[in-house]
Amino acid sequence: MEYKPIKKVISGNYAAAYAAKDARVEVVAAYPITPQTSIIEKISEFLANGEVENLQYVPVESEHSAMAACIGASAAGARTFTATSAQGLALMHEMLHWASGARLPVVMVDVNRAMAPPWSVWDDQTDSLAQRDTGWMQFYAENNQEVYDGVLMAFKVAETVNLPAMIIESAFILSHTYDVVEMVPQELVDEFLPPRKPLYTLTDFDNPIAVGALGTPADYYEFRYKIEKAMAEARKVIKNVGKEFGERFGRDYSQMIELYRTEDADFVFMGLGSLMGTVKQAVDVLRSEGYKVGAAKVRWFRPFPKEELYELARHVEGIAVLDRNFSFGQEGILFNEAKGVLYNTDAHPAMKNYIVGLGGRDFTVDDVRKIAEDMKTIIECKKIDKEVEWYHLKR
Amino acid sequence: MEIPENVKRRLSLPFEENFYAGHTACQGCAAALGLRYVLKAYGKKAIFAIPACCSTIIAGPWPYSAFNAPLFHTAFETTGAVISGIEAALKAKGYKVKGEEGIMVVGWAGDGGTADIGLQALSGFLERGHDGLYIMYDNEAYMNTGIQRSSSTPYGAWTTNTPGGKKHFLERRHKKKVIDIVIAHKIPYAATASVAFPEDLMRKLKKAQRIPGPSFIQLFAPCPTGWRSPTDKSIELARLAVQTAYFPLFEYENGKYKINMPSTKKEPKPLEEFLKLQGRFKYMSKEDIEVLQKWVLMEWEELKKKAEVFG
Amino acid sequence: MAESPFKADIERVEKEYSEKMTPGAIVYLPGSSVVNKTGSWRVFMPEFHKDKCVRCYLCYIYCPEPAIYLDEENYPIFDYDYCKGCGVCANECPTKAIVMVREKK
Repeated sequence: MEYKPIKKVISGNYAAAYAAKDARVEVVAAYPITPQTSIIEKISEFLANGEVENLQYVPVESEHSAMAACIGASAAGARTFTATSAQGLALMHEMLHWASGARLPVVMVDVNRAMAPPWSVWDDQTDSLAQRDTGWMQFYAENNQEVYDGVLMAFKVAETVNLPAMIIESAFILSHTYDVVEMVPQELVDEFLPPRKPLYTLTDFDNPIAVGALGTPADYYEFRYKIEKAMAEARKVIKNVGKEFGERFGRDYSQMIELYRTEDADFVFMGLGSLMGTVKQAVDVLRSEGYKVGAAKVRWFRPFPKEELYELARHVEGIAVLDRNFSFGQEGILFNEAKGVLYNTDAHPAMKNYIVGLGGRDFTVDDVRKIAEDMKTIIECKKIDKEVEWYHLKR
Repeated sequence: MEIPENVKRRLSLPFEENFYAGHTACQGCAAALGLRYVLKAYGKKAIFAIPACCSTIIAGPWPYSAFNAPLFHTAFETTGAVISGIEAALKAKGYKVKGEEGIMVVGWAGDGGTADIGLQALSGFLERGHDGLYIMYDNEAYMNTGIQRSSSTPYGAWTTNTPGGKKHFLERRHKKKVIDIVIAHKIPYAATASVAFPEDLMRKLKKAQRIPGPSFIQLFAPCPTGWRSPTDKSIELARLAVQTAYFPLFEYENGKYKINMPSTKKEPKPLEEFLKLQGRFKYMSKEDIEVLQKWVLMEWEELKKKAEVFG
Repeated sequence: MAESPFKADIERVEKEYSEKMTPGAIVYLPGSSVVNKTGSWRVFMPEFHKDKCVRCYLCYIYCPEPAIYLDEENYPIFDYDYCKGCGVCANECPTKAIVMVREKK
């Protein structure tokens, strides 16, 4: 069957809901939090209108219970989905470890939102990046289309390597902003994403299993190594699934770092998520003004694309890392990880960290231009004035 | 020798064993006995979710398992949420849940993991109406972590963080009535049970299997290690608890209270018979025992009134 | 039922069991705890006096391990491989057919 996309003008949250429906998810257990609410509202609407078969929606009483219910459902063999944001994600932290340790392919959409206090509902990446050690794969979406595609691919990748995955979108910038999304007809999704074949299931009564028993020091080490092995395998699986997605539906995701006009760039901007959309626009403007710049959008933060970063770093003289997040007492998280990856290699471009847009502060093309000027000075003088710059600081 | 009729009538437990010996419970552990009964009742068609508690260790460290039924170990406070998720998955996949041929989803948690940290998840499970069974085995403290007090610890009991000392004992709070909290959710079936009355427990387990919707059983399980009682007295303590009305047996079914035998019989025995077998009550003076006795009788009167009005 | 219900399982576990590290720490051999012979824990052991036994089965019902099973005539047999010596059976026996004695090593 030929791929004729179904075009709808929808928000990022609705794109996530449609993708979960198309993926034939079986159990959704979620707790409301701004700005994720419209995801589960849409899924409930599908349920009420009879548009989904075999979907059980569990309106749990907290995010911690939401992840626990998803884990129980996934262990019983069902395809599960949930969504949350900032405080909710922080509350589920214990169970995030449980999902990856029990090797359950739960897929979650996290809407990047700033952590309180002070209360904020706007875009900030610290909440999801603070969970980078939990063993979950992380995909950052730049626009509503990537949210839709990301959820579909995440199910396939997660169920292949048996590790959970989260798709991350920006609060309000993506979640509540309407854009054209090309969706895939159900039959083609079924071809791309067959029903789940679980690694184990609690419903096998002839061979009953016990999951997650006590692991003494003699055994625990190897179990954790197995998780890392799965993450390493995930790099290959992600590239293959991204390539397959491109072959089937015309949008290729085989690059874990999307490179935009970086072939002859002097320096590149590197970052995660929707702010890279602004950066790509700025790159076009700067190129027209004579700068030789490019944008490197890190799509998958876990597993970290070490080889792709090395390949990029070998050919540029500078990387301006834009972090819409911060790890207090250290520096921007993407900057810290990227620096660490390159340390033992022979690629050492000038790298500076710009902390931008925390708590949803606006980050515009003009800001990118100012950063470009700063980077140009750094590369010409071969000296970095300060490694971490809090760009927007007013007072 | 010919088996007398009144003995024959006692043989109402199924003989099939699904709980294997070689597990690492303490000598005389009533929680292990409770697990044995539940596994006997449900055969292999049950999925268990067990949080962090003594039963985590009893069920066996990797790679050993004492269970002959699927078991999911989960985090401490999540029992109610995990069984909700398992039940939703079974329904989404078209399995039959509860009923004669259906799969039983059982959450087996201790008093700490239910009355304290697990109360939120339990309340969510009961309120949403999932078809499952939640069994709280009550040994009246956090035994697995070394006998710390929980909200289910009675007045006057010694625990490691409410010890008795040269001045006084620290546990001055009465036992939290989890069963009343559960009944406030107006679920179709809730009951109390004791390991000393296994046929009564079996009957209640079978009933929980039949009645759709969420079911709750609070199982009284003495712990010789934590109660400082002799290991051979565990069953006797469980029996005395019922006979002194410290832990009366009753059921709540569709809005009606029903007191079960032997709590229906005669006057309750004096509480001292129950207390003197346990080392954890040795710091109590005569006045303190009076306080506890008064509380027991007050709760017992309240239950009898409820059974009268809502019977 | 003259043979211990657990003997067959020990053979199966020892035959099938391998050091395969299953992801998620899955235990795929139900009942494999039988390789752990907890009989070594005890100090006292139950001594059975068959002449006093009325086959009420209370010992069988109340054993927490369970380490008591029934023979063809429905008399209890004590599995000393697993009996931890807790004494519940002796305490509950209505005819005192079970007596806890110090184990002679």
